[in-house]
Amino acid sequence: MMTHTAYVLASYGIATITVCALVLWVWTDGRARRRELRALESAGIRRRSAQAGDVP
Amino acid sequence: MSENSLAIRKFSDLANPTRFLALAARVLPWFAGLTVLLFAVGLYLSFTTEGDYQQGETVRIMYVHVPAAWLSMMCYSVMALSALGTLVWRHPLADVAARAAAPIGASFTFLALVTGSLWGKPMWGTWWVWDARLTSVFVLFLMYLGLMALNRAMDEPGKAAKVSAVLILVGFVNIPIIKFSVEWWNTLHQPASVLRLGGSAIDPEFLRPLLVMAVAFTMLFFTLHIAAMRNEIWRRRVTSMRRQAARSAGREA
Repeated sequence: MMTHTAYVLASYGIATITVCALVLWVWTDGRARRRELRALESAGIRRRSAQAGDVP
Repeated sequence: MSENSLAIRKFSDLANPTRFLALAARVLPWFAGLTVLLFAVGLYLSFTTEGDYQQGETVRIMYVHVPAAWLSMMCYSVMALSALGTLVWRHPLADVAARAAAPIGASFTFLALVTGSLWGKPMWGTWWVWDARLTSVFVLFLMYLGLMALNRAMDEPGKAAKVSAVLILVGFVNIPIIKFSVEWWNTLHQPASVLRLGGSAIDPEFLRPLLVMAVAFTMLFFTLHIAAMRNEIWRRRVTSMRRQAARSAGREA
């Protein structure tokens, strides 16, 4: 039989893990996409709108 | 220029993904800072206010459970608005918004289900019952997972956008069912005690941490949503640039 405090700690623990996982996923996803964009740009590939001299 | 047309121009300016990226870069640090600050205050209040005379310490689970449950529904409502944006106004960022929101909504729904279960065991004596509220929230969780799977399964982004927009709008029928399930049916889950006719039925001692945590969770949602939308725009740019590179390589060969 768990004590009430254990249920509270389990709730906050799972909430912390879920929120941290979500933040980490969004952050690493953003870093990976930025890296890919940089790699493509350094290979000389530009978006059509950027080639036309439109907003970068 | 009239105020109305200025407002329309501002809105259509946002439709430009490049302008959205610039705006996201400006607001994200502020949003993230405010989220951390609100969580610091919210968590402090959550653990320093008194326990309930009946629920004891477990009332503290409510400070996570209730905001997560609110957010699970708000996130779906944001997706439904985005779906309208895709189908009616063909707003270029609408599909990006819907797609970026699904995993965040699924996480909040998961949190609402798990923390609800952890409160239910000591208070109701059971982890789970198939009453109308719990079942309809579980269906919402499955819908989020289904929409995420659908988005991943379809290669053509334009087609995926239309199909998932229709599905999101059909699934929106579940939101009022979740909200009013506790009034329409006899559920083990209690009826609304904060947003209800006649005002909140909660003591200010519990209402303060609850509201601060609710605002903190809402800010967390907007911060993550804007960041995830930015990631989705970048992902689409990478795909189109790779396609363009492949096309020009094909011409040269």
